[in-house]
Amino acid sequence: MNPTASPTTSRSLAMKRIRPGRIVIWTILFIGGLLMVTPLLFMFSTSFKTAAQVYDLRLIPAAPTLDNYIRVLSDGRFLRWFLNSSFIAITVTLSNVFFDSLVGYTLAKFRFRGRYLIFIAILSTLMIPTEMLVIPWYLMSANLGWLDSYWGIMFPGMMTAFGTFLMKQFFETIPDDFLEAARIDGLNEFTIWWRVAMPLVTPALSALAIFTFLGNWTAFFWPLIVTTSQELYTLPIGLSSFAVEQAIQWEMIMTGAALATLPTLLVFLLLQRYIVRGVMLAGLKG
Amino acid sequence: MRTQILMAGLLAGTSLVAGTAAQAVEIEYWQYVYETRVTAMDQLIDAFEAANPDITVKQVTFPYADYQTRVVAANMARKGPDVLQMFYGWTDQFVGGKVIQPLSPEVFPHDEIEAEFFPIVTAMKRGDDYYGLPTAVRSLALFYNKDLMTKAGLDPENPPKTLDEMVAAAKAMTEMDAGGNLSTAGMTLDMGGQDHQWWREVLVRQFGGEPYSADYSQVTYNDAAGAAALKFYTDLQLVEKVGQRGFMDEGQAAFRAGRAGLTIDGTFRLGSFSSIEDFEWGVTELPANAEGVRSNYASYFANGIGIGAEGEELAAAEKFLAYISSPEAMKIWLDVVGELPARRDVALTEENLADPIYAPFLKGLDYAKTTLFIDEAAQRQNAIDMANRILIDGQSVEESLAQAAEAEQAIIDKAK
Amino acid sequence: MASMANQGAPERRPGIPGTPGGQPRGRGLSMRTRQLFWVWGFLALPVLFYGVIRFYPTLNAFWLSLTDWDLMSEPEFIGIDNYTRMFSDPEFWKVFRNTFTYLIVGTPISLVLSFLIAFALDRIRFGHTFLRALYFLPYITTASAMAWVWRWFYQPAPIGFINDLLGRVGIPQMAFLNSTTWALPSIMVTAIWAGLGFQIIIFMAGLRAIPTTYYEAARIDGLGEASILRRITLPLLKPTTVFLVVFSSIGFLRIFDQVYNMTTNDPGGPLGSTKPLVLMIYQTAFSSYEMGYAAAQTVVLFTILLCVSLLQLWLLRER
Repeated sequence: MNPTASPTTSRSLAMKRIRPGRIVIWTILFIGGLLMVTPLLFMFSTSFKTAAQVYDLRLIPAAPTLDNYIRVLSDGRFLRWFLNSSFIAITVTLSNVFFDSLVGYTLAKFRFRGRYLIFIAILSTLMIPTEMLVIPWYLMSANLGWLDSYWGIMFPGMMTAFGTFLMKQFFETIPDDFLEAARIDGLNEFTIWWRVAMPLVTPALSALAIFTFLGNWTAFFWPLIVTTSQELYTLPIGLSSFAVEQAIQWEMIMTGAALATLPTLLVFLLLQRYIVRGVMLAGLKG
Repeated sequence: MRTQILMAGLLAGTSLVAGTAAQAVEIEYWQYVYETRVTAMDQLIDAFEAANPDITVKQVTFPYADYQTRVVAANMARKGPDVLQMFYGWTDQFVGGKVIQPLSPEVFPHDEIEAEFFPIVTAMKRGDDYYGLPTAVRSLALFYNKDLMTKAGLDPENPPKTLDEMVAAAKAMTEMDAGGNLSTAGMTLDMGGQDHQWWREVLVRQFGGEPYSADYSQVTYNDAAGAAALKFYTDLQLVEKVGQRGFMDEGQAAFRAGRAGLTIDGTFRLGSFSSIEDFEWGVTELPANAEGVRSNYASYFANGIGIGAEGEELAAAEKFLAYISSPEAMKIWLDVVGELPARRDVALTEENLADPIYAPFLKGLDYAKTTLFIDEAAQRQNAIDMANRILIDGQSVEESLAQAAEAEQAIIDKAK
Repeated sequence: MASMANQGAPERRPGIPGTPGGQPRGRGLSMRTRQLFWVWGFLALPVLFYGVIRFYPTLNAFWLSLTDWDLMSEPEFIGIDNYTRMFSDPEFWKVFRNTFTYLIVGTPISLVLSFLIAFALDRIRFGHTFLRALYFLPYITTASAMAWVWRWFYQPAPIGFINDLLGRVGIPQMAFLNSTTWALPSIMVTAIWAGLGFQIIIFMAGLRAIPTTYYEAARIDGLGEASILRRITLPLLKPTTVFLVVFSSIGFLRIFDQVYNMTTNDPGGPLGSTKPLVLMIYQTAFSSYEMGYAAAQTVVLFTILLCVSLLQLWLLRER
């Protein structure tokens, strides 16, 4: 169970016997890994090519140019979409971190009538696919004037059953004594949750944050339906409409795609360790 | 009571805009994204605002694929536009769905409309009311790449005039690479583009058929003539091998990239083809058949007034609609977008008729037909599928045609 | 229901008033009542949210599925007409078949691939983080952006990346998205590609959670690598595998982004050969405005997903 135990043991094992089989496996894995990133590599490579060079299939452009980026960025739309996506993904993530853990904590650490009912009710929403809700959401948004607004894009995801369940699992591992001690010190329940319980589950919080952020950053279906004006598009929607506009000017489309992908790639390269750990945590407990 | 509500609405409306422009009425104009159209509309709005300082017009645009949905959605949310551009084929839906309102006959007298516009404008009339007016009309023509013609030993100043000449020219321009793959198409095959219009209103007639009954309520192309027309079309790929569906993703893209010798497209493409620098191109009337029969397909986007426009917004919307349907606006639209003016006297000037690019389209307008679509998207999809069944799945022309006719009749019947 | 907090309340009570910042409005109330006050304070907004944003729309969707509604007029109750129409519509069955093809072919392939890679990757130390990153990167890309990259890859010669490569080595072209046979597998590949990284990571986490003592014991017993894999690793990985089967199945059942973006000029591919249920729902609702009919389709999707989830619960209970 201890995650550090197995790597060290297998490392010492690996050191002892470096067999030709290992090298073959390594090479196959390496080639497979290269294949996995080939689309990304050519997306970036093509974004630095002129229209005439697109089909030369060279990974390193013969004469790299930033023209595509200048053309794509010049009208300011991509910047706007980037800001929209950032604002929406961050707001929804904060909301989830706050509410999911508050509800998860309440369900894990308090005994009250209706607790089980609420837990089952929230959990059961996991079974309802978003696709089933979009039509009612759409009508609701239309009646309340939420169509084509930030709130309209964000409201469905402000709390999730997945996050609540994940956080409940983690709060259950906190000993009650910690909380009781805080009560004796006279802290109110909100403060206990916020100051005492939350710091104890930071790995889960970051896992939840990573998942929610990624999910909202790449979300397509609902934003496609709820947004109408270009000013409110998120990056995925903006990119899609941009690509249709460009017909088959692949160097422009690849530049747009690169711009849409770059932010998450950079974040990943910086925080790889945490993201992988977060995905593991969320995947196993969720 | 009614005035009270109106007053409340006005108060709410003015308090919203009060911060930005005192007293000015702001109206919204919607159209779909197409670079030259947006540019042209920007120019028209500037000119209009200069002449009407008390009115501001906000232009809102959406991708074409989503445009209709956006209009319906916004209408439901009561956030619809005051003036909107719409395809003539959507009129039934938009009138039925209370998206647009009839044009006031005092502001837009019917006898003037019918005297000054091309007759296809009547497709905007329902009962006694007109529901919109076009700025420009569009027709089809054959575009040809002069460089490829020269390279293939053809005379670039003598483009094909008949279907047989067209196939011969396409054959001469077709190039295959060493692997037997098409590298330059003699002709583009793109049912999703304008080919479905060409097949319906032009080829079917040229092969002796009628695509629909006179009121467009019955599909009548499922006969020998229709089959011959469809066979001619699909044989371009299957027998003559001068083109291939899906080549370069879209026909217009292939032509633009200099990889296709011939393509059939509309006036609206002139704006985007005008930026081609790598080769010379020309445009000519759609080819006639051996007996000299010609046909064409004309269509237009009209501008209508949204149902939500009331009071001074309605007055402003009417003013704006009148302006963008004026001869002055049509000239700007022709210069920027390349679409033909919807008023006869603005379109059929000597200058335009002598223009090598506009003339073929204007000539086409003379004998063009306008399909009364019930559901343009579904009927287009039906034509795409009809061709795909033959080109990809190897179905026989007759079977595919019969299936398409049945499906299209169902689409038409469902709307009743 | 007799909770610890309740039992402990009387003893702790004296401590509270003396503390600075103690809750004045709670004074005089029992600890239990005060806690209930907090509990419902915490839950008020979430309960409202789940009620209005999740449960009401769910019921609404069921109701809409029984109506005929084009957004422009009032909804009209038509009983189960939408369902009878759907079940007699060949297009629906085609879409249904497509959706299950994504699921039935895509899930095993992606699971086997990700397990093999995770299994191999787990034993490799040299450049482990780097290799893992290569496999994981596609997972954090935006599906709609990568769909366009793949669309370019799949084009016919002379513009398609893969066909250009094939052409250079003299292999005949593949039609990919232009073929009714290959369009769906082509799109499926992009979906597998995008999801592989996640599954690899989860499998690796599952592999690491197996205590090394099990392996050591097995080696002492003289079991070979193959038997260890079959008798220890795979059985112990069952919860992980079940989770991934369900996760991946749900992903394939809901496939949309890739199909939408890769077939914009003939939505759903040539002759609808790639069209999944969600794209049909989208088109019915937001291109044809048949809200009631679309709602009926979402009910079908809901039912399928429900079966998959119940299957997961049943499989895990068996353990």
